[in-house]
Amino acid sequence: MQNKKDFNKNHRMLTLLTWAFIFLVWFIITRFNLVSHLIVPSPGEVIQTFIAIVTDGYNGISLWEHLGISMLRLLIASVLAIVTAVPLGLFSGYFSKVGAVVDSIVQFYRPLPPLAYYVALILWLGIDESSKITLLYLAAFAPIYIACVAAVANIRVEYLLSAKSLGASGKDLFFQIVFPACLPDIFTSIRTAVGVAYTTLVSAEMIAATSGLGWMVIDASRYLKSSVIFVGIIIMGISGVLIDQGLKALEKKIVFWKGYQ
Amino acid sequence: MNNELIIEIDNLTVDYPTENESVRALDGVDLKIYQHDFICVLGPSGCGKSTLLNVIAGFTLPSDGSFLMQGQPVAGPDSQRGVVFQSASLYPWMSVRKNVEFGPKIKGLPAVEINRIASHYLDQVHLLEVADQPPFQLSGGMKQRVALARALANEPAILLLDEPFGALDALTRIHMRQLVRKIWQEDQNTIFMITHDVDEALSLGTRLLVMSKSPGTIIREFSVAFCDRVDQRTGRVHVDADYLARREEILDLIDV
Ligand SMILES: Nc1ncnc2c1ncn2[C@@H]1O[C@H](COP(=O)(O)OP(=O)(O)OP(=O)(O)O)[C@@H](O)[C@H]1O
Ligand SMILES: [Mg+2]
Repeated sequence: MQNKKDFNKNHRMLTLLTWAFIFLVWFIITRFNLVSHLIVPSPGEVIQTFIAIVTDGYNGISLWEHLGISMLRLLIASVLAIVTAVPLGLFSGYFSKVGAVVDSIVQFYRPLPPLAYYVALILWLGIDESSKITLLYLAAFAPIYIACVAAVANIRVEYLLSAKSLGASGKDLFFQIVFPACLPDIFTSIRTAVGVAYTTLVSAEMIAATSGLGWMVIDASRYLKSSVIFVGIIIMGISGVLIDQGLKALEKKIVFWKGYQ
Repeated sequence: MNNELIIEIDNLTVDYPTENESVRALDGVDLKIYQHDFICVLGPSGCGKSTLLNVIAGFTLPSDGSFLMQGQPVAGPDSQRGVVFQSASLYPWMSVRKNVEFGPKIKGLPAVEINRIASHYLDQVHLLEVADQPPFQLSGGMKQRVALARALANEPAILLLDEPFGALDALTRIHMRQLVRKIWQEDQNTIFMITHDVDEALSLGTRLLVMSKSPGTIIREFSVAFCDRVDQRTGRVHVDADYLARREEILDLIDV
């Protein structure tokens, strides 16, 4: 165990060093004017812009509102994706007829670039929230659905056979064995899905939005405010990591048996 | 035999379909199982022991021949036939107690009764003190005892064990044998057990079935009663000339 501790410590050190190096390169590039300030702002500028945005907001809207609206879109889309993709995916894996209906549709839209169908979504749903949330929803749906189908196929046969020999069938078998047996994979896929949805956030906020982190970055790019772009990207990066850490903590609590099946 | 007939298998054949041609795993198996039999099945690897157990469990359907349980044909697995696999198939998301309570709960028994049954069988396999732990924290032998208690909790008409101690070390195996023997004597269960260990079969069984490969069928049956001569303290069979002769005879049959 002592070894493992040292190992982890070493790794954390490496991560810190990597970031220290990135900051150093950034600092040197900007300090000696190796590239234009319009393209890469200096760390000092980014920090100043950050403070300015925190205190005064951006475009008259506070940073918390930008962050809040983006997170709300992400949250609504993710929750909708989870409550629909999990049952549909499990049913598809369990009853091959359901799979025959749903599978091909998911396989068809999954590789499409989100922007391509976003245009169609706007046409059908209008330019306000519903098309944005639908875009994020579709991005999050596919990974969860596909993981659920695969998870059912990978359930240990002995789990199902012994449950049947203990008298379980139908609903009991599905809710007490199939669902929990798939939970570890479901959780992993939720983490992937939220990540994928987050990456489409900028696309969703590119068109006809007036707030949101993605919008802030797009808007700043129109006026070449590179330090705002940097602030936006860094906030998105950090919040993305925090969301994943949160989900990971939740996973550890709920799927405590992960790795022991 | 004045005990009640539980299972009647007549000219059973099982073919597994494969890509080119089907594999005949069982060919013309006849078997009658009576109440309180302790059947041990021996035979070379791949001779169809697990297939026979799977048919009795209801996991595999006969390709030909008949299989009746208490006079009725069997359509699939149900709570009348409890199964323990070689590797424990305990549910890691349930505590040990919840695993054992699973069958009675499915049956819809009242909560008090479920609790009483689980406590009784956990006590019988000496695991009451770990009842609230998740099963993955237990040793291999303890897991198999939980699996046994889980199957027993349903009070099935027959208990089907597929090499239940196969993955355990020698000492744990002796303890497990003692435990199963004691349960079988106390509760008057009917047991059908596959093993690859002749001594295990001789020290537990009342009927030993020896199977052959291709055709996968029962070639000999021995009625034995060495289990009555087990040392109560050590759990070992008193080995005599009679025992050794039987042992040789069976090994010769398997070894061809
Ligand atoms: N699902 C299956 N599909 C095709 N062939 C199978 C299948 N299951 C078993 N067989 C074949 O049927 C035969 C009997 O297999 P079975 O598992 O019943 O043997 P066994 O006596 O239990 O062997 P072991 O002692 O190794 O467990 C073997 O030849 C095996 O290859
Ligand atoms: Mg086998």
